[in-house]
Parts: sequence; structure tokens; C-alpha cells
Amino acid sequence: MNFLIGAFKPACNISITFSDGKTRKQVPVKKENGQTVMVPLFQSQENISGKISIEPFQGKKIEHNGVKVELLGQIVRELDVPGDIYERKTYPFEFSTVEMPYETYNGVNVRLRYVLKVTVSRSYGGSIVEYQDFMVRNYSPLPSINNSIKMEVGIEDCLHIEFEYNKSKYHLKDVIIGKIYFLLVRIKIKNMDLEIRRRESTGSGANTHVETETLAKFELMDGAPVRGESIPIRLFLSPYELTPTHRNINNKFSVKYYLNLVLVDEEDRRYFKQQEITIYRLQDS
Amino acid sequence: MIADGVEDEEKWLAAGIAGLQQNAFYMHRALDSNNLRDALKYSAQMLSELRTSRLSPHKYYELYMRSFDELRKLEMFFKEETRRGCSVIDLYELVQHAGNILPRLYLLCTVGSVYIKSKEAPSKDVLKDLVEMCRGVQHPVRGLFLRSYLAQVSRDKLPDIGSEYEGDADTVVDAVEFVLQNFTEMNKLWVRMQHQGPAREKEKREKERSELRDLVGKNLHVLSQIEGVDLDMYKDTVLPRVLEQVVNCKDELAQYYLMDCIIQVFPDEYHLQTLDVLLGAFPQLQPTVDIKTVLSRLMERLSNYAALSADVLPEFLQVEAFSKLNNAIGKVIEAQPDMPILGVITLYSSLLTFTLHVHPDRLDYADQVLGACVRQLSGKGKLEDNKATKQIVALLSAPLEKYNDIVTTLKLSNYPCVMEYLDSETNKVMAAVIIQSIMKNKTRISTADRVEALFELIKGLLKDLDGTLGDEVDEDDFKEEQNSVARLIQMLYNDDPEEMFKIICTVRKHILAGGPKRLPFTVPPLVFSSLKLVRQLQGLEENPFGEEESTTPKKIFQLLNQTVETLSNIPAPELALRLYFQCAEAANDCDLEPVAYEFFTQAYILYEEEISDSRAQVTAIHLIIGTLQRMHVFGVENRDTLTHKATGYSAKLLKKPDQCRAVYACSHLFWVDDQDNMKDGERVLLCLKRALRIANAAQQMSNAARGSSGSVTLFVEILNKYLYFFEKGNPQITVAAILSLIELITTEMQSDTSTPDPAADAFFASTLRYIEFQKQKGGAIGEKYEPVKVTA
Repeated sequence: MNFLIGAFKPACNISITFSDGKTRKQVPVKKENGQTVMVPLFQSQENISGKISIEPFQGKKIEHNGVKVELLGQIVRELDVPGDIYERKTYPFEFSTVEMPYETYNGVNVRLRYVLKVTVSRSYGGSIVEYQDFMVRNYSPLPSINNSIKMEVGIEDCLHIEFEYNKSKYHLKDVIIGKIYFLLVRIKIKNMDLEIRRRESTGSGANTHVETETLAKFELMDGAPVRGESIPIRLFLSPYELTPTHRNINNKFSVKYYLNLVLVDEEDRRYFKQQEITIYRLQDS
Repeated sequence: MIADGVEDEEKWLAAGIAGLQQNAFYMHRALDSNNLRDALKYSAQMLSELRTSRLSPHKYYELYMRSFDELRKLEMFFKEETRRGCSVIDLYELVQHAGNILPRLYLLCTVGSVYIKSKEAPSKDVLKDLVEMCRGVQHPVRGLFLRSYLAQVSRDKLPDIGSEYEGDADTVVDAVEFVLQNFTEMNKLWVRMQHQGPAREKEKREKERSELRDLVGKNLHVLSQIEGVDLDMYKDTVLPRVLEQVVNCKDELAQYYLMDCIIQVFPDEYHLQTLDVLLGAFPQLQPTVDIKTVLSRLMERLSNYAALSADVLPEFLQVEAFSKLNNAIGKVIEAQPDMPILGVITLYSSLLTFTLHVHPDRLDYADQVLGACVRQLSGKGKLEDNKATKQIVALLSAPLEKYNDIVTTLKLSNYPCVMEYLDSETNKVMAAVIIQSIMKNKTRISTADRVEALFELIKGLLKDLDGTLGDEVDEDDFKEEQNSVARLIQMLYNDDPEEMFKIICTVRKHILAGGPKRLPFTVPPLVFSSLKLVRQLQGLEENPFGEEESTTPKKIFQLLNQTVETLSNIPAPELALRLYFQCAEAANDCDLEPVAYEFFTQAYILYEEEISDSRAQVTAIHLIIGTLQRMHVFGVENRDTLTHKATGYSAKLLKKPDQCRAVYACSHLFWVDDQDNMKDGERVLLCLKRALRIANAAQQMSNAARGSSGSVTLFVEILNKYLYFFEKGNPQITVAAILSLIELITTEMQSDTSTPDPAADAFFASTLRYIEFQKQKGGAIGEKYEPVKVTA
């Protein structure tokens, strides 16, 4: 049996290390199989450099047609001309100031990944390939214009409310401050929630596929208010797994966020009003 | 949402407690292992039990109290956590991640408490945030309890003056603002509670609401405890804000409770200095609010405050407390046209008590109150409402109790006007109260004017009002009433005869209208009162300044004659007879022969015409004899006439023994011991002999009718008369006569037909012993008796 297992073993061990691997921030990422692994974090315009070691197993020789490293889908670096590797061989690599305008994104129907791929090409036995995921996060400055969202909505002679969210753009650790002012209440309201919904649309035109998830359900009010009541909103975004808003990435997909104000009456009828907000990543200071 | 049955509710409560305990268990484990994340998770789950809508407030409270205890432990944990380096600001944020609002806010308040204690932020800012955030709970019961929790944890952390949480200038304003805001919101929730659930359970809900009132009232208590709430702040901020909420909530239950609460929790001094504002709120309350009780309590408190120290009295004057209260009551009554008359009277009653306590010297105030009361009563007719009547009695009793003196009360011109509105029954009760007051305090009513006023007040006792018949009146009660009037008449007195005479005339005028049932009670005291005056005048007769027009015994006697005469018309002849004799004796003492004679004449006429009952006749005869015997004013002729008549009446009595006794009693009419011109031994003997004859006749009649002679008692009685006159030296009474009488008795006693009578035997035996005794005494009497040889 041992012999058999040995037969299918890869011929070598490929390891990828980043130049500042020890100091670079690692972030967890969920793989397709559900496992969470820690991957290094980069942002756009950074140099991605490191070393790739290829070490044949004891007594083995790797005959190859060339070794290359790719930043997947974008850049290829040839590391070696065809030849044989008898023992551990290390190749430094570097992709300088890589443009990575889009953040890593793990959605329901869409994933945006950044991967380093090392390929040892062989003429027989197939190429040996090793992948290394890394994550990209891009930071935005404070938006120069960030208006509040203020709106009066209602159902005639039934319910009139005015709500206000202090901003239209929130960063991931932001807090939504606001209030709901009841102008007219003729229904028996049971409670009121504020939901954060993520709308992920993929494809385009007729093939557009939209997936909506409720990421947060935050109770704002318990019981029935009367006319003139003003209910405060204070929702911290940090506990929720949000991402920045993505708009039409490569014409492939969009991720948008909405605040959904939901009032539920005693007959469990829901009255809601949805407002889009922009989520961005603010550089930690 | 409301429980269908008590059983279900018990079940839900049990389930709630179980859920709470389970999560509390996990929470404790997390606390023990310093696991903040789990502590937050389980405490939030635990608090989720408070989200129930199924429990009545009463049961909900039980659940709340258990949560409260658990939250104390959590608060300790939070405190330790901050000591371990966890920032309280982070904690403050962390608890706000909870998805459900109710657990979130309970946790926020709990951390908030730690936050304030840490002093990392000014108390006022944290409190302001907490009280604002609590707006998220709009469910009345849950909101009330949440805010009650906030009030509880913040109580000792207000930025009050002198508190360790006091910040820079004027933070007490923030403390007050915080409590006021929480109070306002709680009250709104509390008022709103009545609209929850089906209308048919309204009554039950109101009961439940009432149980929760102290949660709301507690805030007022907290306000009153804030050191920095001085009079100025109370006047400028606290009171106006609280009243604004009270008035605007337009809820009967809340208004009643909160007004009362304000009055009870804040110092009296503040009330006094803010009377305008406080009283101004009353007319704005809902028309159904029981203002009378609240306002009465205010006045009661102020009265007590005034009673505490005389130092505060000037304050009352300075703020014109009385007129403000008086005006306020007027306005309240105007604003509540449907207020039952009971309420009106209660209000005035309290005001009266107030003014009596605070301004005892201002009778005009008291009279104003009564006057205002009369205005409210006018046009409403007699009071039908039992409670209202009682309240009027209380109102009218107050001045009596205060002054202990009807004389002061009589100065209140509106007093009788109020009494007009009582039904006759209550009028009597009130009159009785007045009389009792006079009796208790031994008040002297010494002028005719006052008597006039007093009798006006108690006229319910003096005559039948509004034609009601006395039929329904209990006989004993009636007697009791009239006896009290009789006692009262005795209390009316003035040393000055002129005034006293006026008093008598006034009394007479009033009581003569009393009708046949009352006169027998009221005439005698009047008569005796008049006779007292006669005797007083007698002593003054020597007064050379006595003027022609002044009061003379004669005048009084004339009046008396007419007065007593009324009794004969009732008829109450026996009583009239006695009174005539009393008058006659008085006239005798005044040496007014014609007057005395006239009284006797009246008495005789009465006897002849009105007294027909034989037993009454016997009594009357002895009265006649007794009185006549004492008269010395009569000349021979008049005396003869009267004596002759008396003996005549005696002999005409129906029963022989009565005749006999009356006749021998007449013997005294001819022998008056201290008057030498009135010793007619012969006629004495005649009487006694005649008595003997009658006694004999009585014996014979008895023999004939019953076959046995009667007792010898009569003979022994006559023997005693013989002995009396013998001793007095009547020459007509001889030893022989005595001896023969003794023999006669002895024979009679031994006769076969005689009926044994031990009493008579004993009487006789003791009479004989008396003779022996007199003999042995020796001296003149002994000698006199010596010849009386008795062989028994």
C-alpha cells in the first residue's frame, strides 16, 4: 500500500513565502470547502514579492520545462528555464505596484479572489501547480460629501413617518445615528426594526441574477408609539460582516447595501422603506 | 394579548421564570470565568423574558424583580471588567450590539451605571443618553418597568449639588431635567396603558394601572429628594413642568394621583409659596377628577404646617393663602359643573378647617366660606344626599370645635343659612351637636340676642319644620332631644335681671311654638329659670333705684301664668298643677297674696276640670295640701276658702283609704307649727275624727264586700297623727283619745274577721315602742307621755 500511495505523491513540495510574511497582517478567509484559513492582506499598488522554494522529495528528480509564477489572470513571471531540479531550489519573485482596484470578495454567487499560482511545467506526468491565496483590501478616505438621508413616507391616513439617517455613506466600523419621527399613527404597531440588506447582482442584461441577504436585524422600537414620538436609532456596524459596496465590478457584478426600516403591526403586516447606503473601508488611523 | 385566565398567566409566569433562571445560570458561569462575550449573550437572553406581553403588570413585576437581582450581579461584573482593563466606553458600545431593544436597553442602563461611577464621562451626559435611548420602548408596561429600572440605577448618581457626580456649574439643572424627562415619558406610557387591549377589560386594566402608579410617582419623590431643588428651582422649573404633564395627559387617574403626589412629596413651604401655580392647575383637570379629596389634603397639610409653628403664619398672610384657596375652589366648582354637591361641601369644609386653624382670629374668613357654601347650595333645595348632609354637619361642627364656644360661632351670619339646607332630621342632629358643645364647654349664653340667634340655629329641635310629622320619630330619641333642649334652657343666664328677663321672653317665644309634644319638656325649665329670676329680684327688692318700668316679680308672674296655662291646653294638667304650685310658692315668698291666690285658683280649676283619674287626684290632693300648708301669705279669708276647698276635695276622693289619708293630711292645714295664728286645734281634731270615721267606714265596706275587715293600717296612721299633734301641744288631743284609739286598734287586730297584716302589726308595734321611748326620754315630753298607759 505504501508503495501505491507513494506513487501518487507529488514529486516535490512547493512553498511560497512573502518577503514581509512575518510582519504582514493576516486575515481569515473562508475557503470553498468551508474551512477558514489565514491569508496575508494586501492593498492595491503594493509590491507583492517573496520566494518560491521547490524541493523534490528524497531521491527524486524533477525534470521540467520551466517554472513560472503568475498573479492569477494578470501577470506572469518566468522563474526558470527548462531543466532539472535535484534539490531544493528557491526563486525570488516580485510583482511591483500591482493594480488591484477591487477588493477580495466572498459572496453568495460571486467570489473575487487574488491568487499566486506557481507552475512547474513538465512534459510528462502533468504540470505541478501550487496556489496561494492572498487578500486585498482597499481603503477609502473620508468622503468629502456625505449627506444625511431624510425622508417622509407614509400610507395615507394610516401612517406617516419621517426618518433620518445621519449619513448616506458609512464605513465598516461606523455607527448609524438617526431617528424616526411619527407624524401620524393609526395602526397598531407592534415593533420596528432596522435591517441591513446586501444585494449582490451578477451577470448583466437578461442574465442578471440578484441575491439579497439580510445581514442585520436590529430592533429599534418595542410597542406602539403615538403621534409625536421620536425614536432614536443607534446601530453599530462593527458586529456585522459587511464589505464595501461594489459597483459594477468588471461589468460582472455589484454588491449594494440597503437600510430597510420595517414596521410590523399587530396583525403581523409589514410596512417598510428601503434606502441604499454606501459602505466603504476607512483606513484605520 | 391579555391572559385568558389566571391559570394561564401562572403558567406563563412560571415559564418566564424558568427561562430567566436557565439563562441566569449560564450567565453566572460566564461571570465566574470572566467570559464577557458569553455574559453578554446570556444576559441578553435572560432579559428577553421581559419581552413577554402575556403577563399582567402584577406578574410582570415578579419577573422584573428577578431580573433586577440578576442585573445587580452583572453590574458588579462590569465594574470588575473595567478594573481588569476593559474600557467602559467599549462596554457601553458592546451591549448596544444586542439585536432586541429591551435587553439592549436594560444592559445599557446597567453599563451606564458603571460608566457614571467610573467618571469617565459626566453623569449628566450618560443620563441624557440613557433617558433618550429608552424612548425605543413604547410598550406601556415594558417601558414603565424599563424606565423604572433607569430611575432606580440612576437615583444615587444624579449630578446633584454636593453629589460626587456634580460637574461644573449648574449640573443640578441636568439632574432635574433627567428626572423630569423620565417622569414625563413614564407618565405618558402609564396613561397610554388604558388603551391597550379590548375595551371590555377596561375596568381590570384601570385597576392594574392603579397598581403601577407608584412607579410614576417615584420620580416626583426623587425630585423632592434632590438637594439642589430649592424653592426657586421648584417654582421655575419643577412645578411648572410637572403640572404641564399632569394637565396635558388629560387622564383622570393620573391627574388625581399625581396632584396628590405633588402635594404629599414636596415641602409645605414650597406649596405655600407656589399656591398660585399649583391651584391654577386644578380647574384645568378633567371634570371627573376627584379634586375635592386632593384639594382637601392640600388644605389639611397647610393647616398642619401652620399648626407646627407660629413663625410660619406671616407667610400665610403674605401669600394670601386663604383668598387664593377660596378663589381656586370657586374656579374648580365653576370648571366642574357636574361636581356633586358633596364635593362642593367637602371643599368648603376643608377650607373652613384651614382658615379656622390658620386664621382663628379671622371670623370674617370663616363667614366668607360659609357664605360661599350657601351660594353653592342655593337653588338646590334641601339636601338629599346622605354623605353631603354628613359633610355639612362636619362643616358646621368645625367652628364649634375650634372655638369651643357657640358665642363665637353665633357671630357667623351665614351659619344659620347653611343649616337651612339640611333636612329636618339632620338639622336636629346639628342642633344636638350645638347643644352638646354648649354643655361640654359650659358656655354661657348671656344675651337675648344670642339666645335668639342660637334658637334660630336649633329650631329643628324647637318646632316641627316643613310640616313633617313627628310620627316617625323614635319616642326615646325625641325625649333625648327635648331633654337636651331643657338642659340648654337652664344654661341661659345673665346676672342682670333686665337682660335675663329678655332672655326668658325670647326663650318663651320660641318654645311656645313647639307644639303639645315639646311643651311638657320645655316649659318646666323655663318656669324654673323664671322663678330663679324672681328669687334673685327678691334679694334686690330693697334696691331703691328699682324703676317703674323695670322687671318686677309681678311681671314675671304674669308671664309665668300665661306660660303654664299653655300646658293645661295640651293637656298636661298634672304638670301644670305642679308648676302652678311652684309659682304660688314663689309668689308666697314674694308676699304677693293675690298672685299666689291666682295660681292656686288656676290649680284648683285644673284639678276640678282636668284631673279626673283617681290616682292622679290622690297625688294632686297631697300636692295641694303640702303646698297650701307652706303658704303664709294668705289672709284668713283666702286661706279658709282654699283650705275648705282642699278638705272638700279630700273627702270626695273615690277610694275610702285615699279619702281617709287625704283628710288626716288636711289636719296639717290648721296647724302650722311656726305660725301661732295658725293653730286651730279644734279643726285639727275634726279632721282626725273625720278620718277615723272614714277608716271605720272603710273597714265596714271591706267586711261587707270581702267578708273580712281590712287592715288596721289606716288606724295606726291616724294614731300617729294623734301622737304628732299631741306632742305639738294641741290641747284638743287628749290622752284619753289616744288610749281609746290604741284600744280600738288592739281590738280590731284581735277580731276574728281581721285579715292578718304583718306590716300593719309591725307599724303598730313600732308606734307603741315610740310612745315608750318618748316616755323614757323624760323631760317635758316624757311627762306629757306619762299618762299614756299602753298595755300591749
